[in-house]
Amino acid sequence: MSFTLIGKHEKDSRACRDGYVQAMTELMEADQSVVHVDCDLKGCINTKKLDKFGRCINAGIAEANAMGVAAGLTATGKKTWIHSFGCFSSRRAFDQAFMSAAYAKLGVKVLGSDPGVCAAYNGGTHMPFEDCALYMSVPDAIVIDPVDYAQVYDLTKKLTAVEGRLSYMRMIRKGFTTVYADGSEFEIGKGVTLKESDNDVATIIASGIMVDESLKAYEKLQEEGISVRVIDMFTWKPIDEDLIIKSAKETGAIVTAENHNCTCGLGSAVARVLSEKAPTPVEMVGVHDQFGQVGAQAYLQEAYKLTADEVVAKVKKVIARK
Amino acid sequence: MQKAEKMQALREFAAEIRVETLKTIGSLGFGHVGGSMSIVEAMAVLYGDVMKVDPKNPRWEGRDWCVLSKGHAGPCAYATLALKGFYDLELTRTLNKPATNFPSHTDRTKTPGVDLTTGSLGQGMSTATGAALGHKLDGKDNRVFVFVGDGECDEGQVWEAAQFAAHYKLDNLTCFVDDNKNQLDGAVADVMSHGKGIGAKFDAFGWNVINVENGNDVEQVYDAVQEALTVKGVPTAIILNTTKGKGATFAEPSAAHSSQPSPEQWEEAIAAAEAELAAVKAAK
Repeated sequence: MSFTLIGKHEKDSRACRDGYVQAMTELMEADQSVVHVDCDLKGCINTKKLDKFGRCINAGIAEANAMGVAAGLTATGKKTWIHSFGCFSSRRAFDQAFMSAAYAKLGVKVLGSDPGVCAAYNGGTHMPFEDCALYMSVPDAIVIDPVDYAQVYDLTKKLTAVEGRLSYMRMIRKGFTTVYADGSEFEIGKGVTLKESDNDVATIIASGIMVDESLKAYEKLQEEGISVRVIDMFTWKPIDEDLIIKSAKETGAIVTAENHNCTCGLGSAVARVLSEKAPTPVEMVGVHDQFGQVGAQAYLQEAYKLTADEVVAKVKKVIARK
Repeated sequence: MQKAEKMQALREFAAEIRVETLKTIGSLGFGHVGGSMSIVEAMAVLYGDVMKVDPKNPRWEGRDWCVLSKGHAGPCAYATLALKGFYDLELTRTLNKPATNFPSHTDRTKTPGVDLTTGSLGQGMSTATGAALGHKLDGKDNRVFVFVGDGECDEGQVWEAAQFAAHYKLDNLTCFVDDNKNQLDGAVADVMSHGKGIGAKFDAFGWNVINVENGNDVEQVYDAVQEALTVKGVPTAIILNTTKGKGATFAEPSAAHSSQPSPEQWEEAIAAAEAELAAVKAAK
């Protein structure tokens, strides 16, 4: 792992999908076995740019079959990615992902775009707060919630090399805040400690869009003289138990932050580790057992309290519980 | 080999598969007899003549693939693969017993010669289609054969896969429809009928369709497969008019999906299948 934190809360001129397409372009140029299957959503993540390789397959609006096709392709030795919106690449094709791919030990790589509130104007019907929950329930699966262009680019390459295990990666489709510098590298299953000091009184464990909110929360808390640790836990499964336990023991309080239903997501995964191995007060920022709704992402982040202010409030609350 | 000679050999192979399928399920005492027995002749034709396989190297890259999307017909595949030499016949008698490599539904991670994992109906149709596409992408001529049940054709995924296979012109894909007219809750016509017919549906999806009047006749199945192999540019569906439970004395009359006959009934059925095998051999 070698990363450079930028974390200036500046919007990237590039979209996360561009990071995926750039990584796939390089992979497909080098390796004939890399394949992408899409479900009439090439236009949404610009995978038409991969058509020139002859291995970017459009399966039409039929996600269940597309997942099975991806498993069959994998059985013939392909390194296969399949994409749809997160709601469809999880809920709509879950039995296929489970049996045809995961149970059969065929390492299909599932890409779900527009995670959580990023579905914005597509609304509640398209707003997955449960996509990671479904995939976390699959034995031996890898579940990833990346934050920006550089992380998507690197993890696309890392996951492509994984064999025999199902992977699910969420992806913010459109441009978003830069957290990492280009060239940053990550290790699946290892959290990234972004802020750390000997004076930390709590740890924020976040992923995806909540990483930047957590970095803003860090700054606000610093202004108030409260020092906290910030971890980007982009791998939800297998989760970095050692880092969670270490942070809990060193800081004594945990706040989780996710763009997902926290009753069956990052928060619950962290709480499971702590309850078994290092009982510690935990507060969760995330969606609390609610459906999605339509609106601008900024509105939705306020509506579901996926904000730096909420992270600050939960940090103060959890410290008071110590 | 003359065709008559070949047909005789395939008839004997089918009769052997029938005996061993019964013995495999009989070793446990209960199981999916009906749908295992109805596809025996098609399996005999595939593994006895048509398919390129290497029993000593089950994952040989040049092989043809067989996918039982109707995964509950596993015991028929286990008997066939054992007789073909993929593993010792005795191993099939561990069917569904603790830590077995021979589960009810076919599993690519457990049984040598099983190409894809099936069980949740409809899914094998898509994975077989993906495998056929994979071979096309590689410029290889491996063929993929997939079996779906007529009841299984209730699943929408079968038709998603059918439109995909036709769209991508997967002429290396052949789908056998085990049209045995029955599903778990009764006659297909009563439980969930198929409009203008399963063959008509495949035709509407752009497939080449071959109807086999008696899907439990090896020569008719053989001729249909030979015809399918010549068709370019579209996948072929071979609609096998079969008898559920064919040759199992306790299952054929009731067309049962699964059976748990008495030990005496098992003995009677196995004896009848062995007598049929002897009769087929004597007809040489």
